Amino acid sequence: MGKTLLEMINITKEFPGVKALDNVNLKVEEGEIHALVGENGAGKSTLMNVLSGIYPFGSYTGDIVYNGEVCKFQKIKDSEEKGIVIIHQELALIPYMSIGENMFLGNEQGSKAKIDWDKTYAEADKYLKMVGLSESSRTLIKDIGVGKQQLVEIAKALAKHAKLLILDEPTSSLNETDSKALLDLLLKFKQEGMTSIIISHKLNEVSYVADKITVIRDGSTIETLDKTVDEITEDRIIKGMVGREMTDRFPKRHDVKIGDVAMEVKDWTVYHPQFAERKVVDGVSMNVRKGEVVGIAGLMGAGRTELAMSIFGKSYGTNISGQLILNGQEVHLKNIKDAIKHKIAYVTEDRKGNGLVLTNPIKINTTLANLSELCNKRVIDQDKEYQVAEDYREKLKTKCPSVEQNVGNLSGGNQQKVLLAKWMFADPDVLILDEPTRGIDVGAKYEIYCIINDLVAAGKSVIMISSELPEVLGMSDRIYVMNEGKMVGEMSGAEASQESIMSCILKS
Amino acid sequence: MVSNNIGNTLKKYTMVIALVVIIAIFYVGTGGTILLSQNVNNLLSQNAYVFVLGTGMLLCILTGGNIDLSVGSVVCFVGGIGAVLLSKGLNVWLAVIIMLLCGIAVGAWQAFWVAYINVPPFIATLAGMYAFRGLSNVVLNGYAVSISNTTFLNVFGGGADCYIPDFFNGKDLNITCIVAGLIAVAVYVVLSLKNRISATKKGYETQSAAPFYGKLVIISAVILFLTFKLAGYKGIPTSLLWIILIVLAYNYVTTKTTIGRYLYAVGGNEKATQLSGINTKKVYFFAYTNMGFLAAFAGILTVARAASAQPTYGQFYEMDAIGACFIGGASAYGGTGSVFGAIIGALLMGVINQGMLIMGVDANYQKVVKGLVLLAAVIFDVMSKREKK
Repeated sequence: MGKTLLEMINITKEFPGVKALDNVNLKVEEGEIHALVGENGAGKSTLMNVLSGIYPFGSYTGDIVYNGEVCKFQKIKDSEEKGIVIIHQELALIPYMSIGENMFLGNEQGSKAKIDWDKTYAEADKYLKMVGLSESSRTLIKDIGVGKQQLVEIAKALAKHAKLLILDEPTSSLNETDSKALLDLLLKFKQEGMTSIIISHKLNEVSYVADKITVIRDGSTIETLDKTVDEITEDRIIKGMVGREMTDRFPKRHDVKIGDVAMEVKDWTVYHPQFAERKVVDGVSMNVRKGEVVGIAGLMGAGRTELAMSIFGKSYGTNISGQLILNGQEVHLKNIKDAIKHKIAYVTEDRKGNGLVLTNPIKINTTLANLSELCNKRVIDQDKEYQVAEDYREKLKTKCPSVEQNVGNLSGGNQQKVLLAKWMFADPDVLILDEPTRGIDVGAKYEIYCIINDLVAAGKSVIMISSELPEVLGMSDRIYVMNEGKMVGEMSGAEASQESIMSCILKS
Repeated sequence: MVSNNIGNTLKKYTMVIALVVIIAIFYVGTGGTILLSQNVNNLLSQNAYVFVLGTGMLLCILTGGNIDLSVGSVVCFVGGIGAVLLSKGLNVWLAVIIMLLCGIAVGAWQAFWVAYINVPPFIATLAGMYAFRGLSNVVLNGYAVSISNTTFLNVFGGGADCYIPDFFNGKDLNITCIVAGLIAVAVYVVLSLKNRISATKKGYETQSAAPFYGKLVIISAVILFLTFKLAGYKGIPTSLLWIILIVLAYNYVTTKTTIGRYLYAVGGNEKATQLSGINTKKVYFFAYTNMGFLAAFAGILTVARAASAQPTYGQFYEMDAIGACFIGGASAYGGTGSVFGAIIGALLMGVINQGMLIMGVDANYQKVVKGLVLLAAVIFDVMSKREKK
């Protein structure tokens, strides 16, 4: 066993309202590949951001001991100087620059006043060879595929003289062959003495490369499995990831009659809007009945949001094909307005980015999707508008001094309620809720669940997309499981368990 | 809940307070000259174009800090067309309609590229700025064309000397002007009270009494003050009527109608607006087409005031309009701002101009001061937003 290269001791990191990390400990030995696994939002990325200085020293508590000394990184540059280099899940390359330019961005060769391009490209070619990429470093990034781009990222890290390489879901956008090549590259680096930390959802990959596996759940370290000691199987890892106790976190639904099918899609296929050859949703069929809550489980990037948005008036994707049937009749929705008219609502997962106008008051946000309801010849009846906003504030128990308050000043939970109010006012029959409780505290979650129960009690249909398995299990009458654009499972809420959903995803 | 937070109120009216302070400074600096009737009169009629253009520019800026650089050239282009048509003896009203239609067409041309082809507004209107400046020269053949049609001049404040006639033949004071001022105050007070009473009756939130009546008194006082100032010279300049009409109309559009609401929503969060089923392209199209319309209107006021059209008219008008909006509290990122804010901004710049002119400050330094005021206003906007976080 080698010496300890990195030790993170009792790391605690709080965001307003949430404890993202709670006394997390991580110990990495020199020359090993250490995997971090856990559900979405468990705190893996946060932990790595603490390590790399994205969250500067002082914004967290606890110690980072690297190579025997306590480190206080203020910015990414500080950690990179020590040889800690992080490669993020979303590639950070600039498409219209060459490979060489990208590799030395912020680390330009030559002097400040004069970049030495010959040296840049020569160095770049050297590192490209190390990662086994046979492209000229003068090629533009946009001209090479995602797999090669990932290799460029690694070459870029090597050019920074990385000693500890952190890869955040490096294979999430790669196909099988490219993934395998990348993992083999990591194993090759390991032979040469490189230490790596890999974050991944793909447990087969983790068990293939990792020497040790640390499981994180709800911001705490659960356990560290050692390949030489423990017998590592996928089921063993899953148990660590999800094995939490279910308490009474979900309100009961009483006697809701589940009626006819309200909405159904058949063989729904959607292509990526930019990369038109990429299938994002692949032949999905599903339905939802009146008075029913249908959960869609899956990992990030499974295509759930894309499915929902493409149904919602083609607001995502190109080349959409398949049938959409509302109350027994096939419809073709041209745009979002059309979708709203057909009584479909999509409540976005990104309330700040895509959902609310933060600089406007609650009442204006509440009525935005259905303003014509309040209008007489395009003139808004502002008294009525105030009344509507006030009604929803009472109904949903939104905590705010007044509906004149700007939405930007509310807490996440209350913003989510305003977003729900906005779509409830549009009077839909089918509500697609995308991550309705993301980033809000437990109390507010409970209230949102109550609202969902009220909705189905009133005969509406709810499709709930969620990455939090307990939530899907606790709330859904029926559960679909999606992975890589396909529906890979359907089960009734009663028979589903975290293990059954997880193995549906991982074994698909 | 009542919103009577003094700090917030002060923040909301910072620019109004700044305007008052600056007027006070120039009042001292010019020994009172700046508030003489004639100067107040000039301040309003000279800056008529800024009020009109600023209103249109505000709508563009609301959509996300987008500006229209072409308005100065469009003012000149449309003015030139009008002058040429009138000099050929065309009917006044027909000429005015043609001018406005030209403005709308120019606006729609640029709006199309901005809204539907996604040309950045800065570029699309920069192109317009060059093109329409050139076309103005073509239309006017490079010369000044004078306007002698008296109906046109009288209606649109021509010859820098056009006022509503005094029907009561007052001696020192223009009585028509005073009567109009009193009526305006009465209408304002009655409407405000009526709204408040009906809101209270329906149980809606109302402003608490002190700030409500305070505002009522202050605005009434300002109207009366202006009335007496104007009455002391020659009465109401005709251009002022047009300004009032436009400001009230657009204030209504931005605060009470759906399209107004959409302008703010697009600027605040375009994605969310789109996902609310609103056609955001149409919103951009409206903002820029409307800008063309108002630029044409400003063109009419400009050539009427000068009683001629010249190929150099309208230069830097776009900058004055943009400056007025930002000084008046419009956000450079879009989504916030108001028509009255833009008017306050325009007044503030006008007062600074005129004050320095009276004090005999070198014209070059006037530009320096204007620039610094604009910078200060935007810094203030950015800083006050940062505080909130």
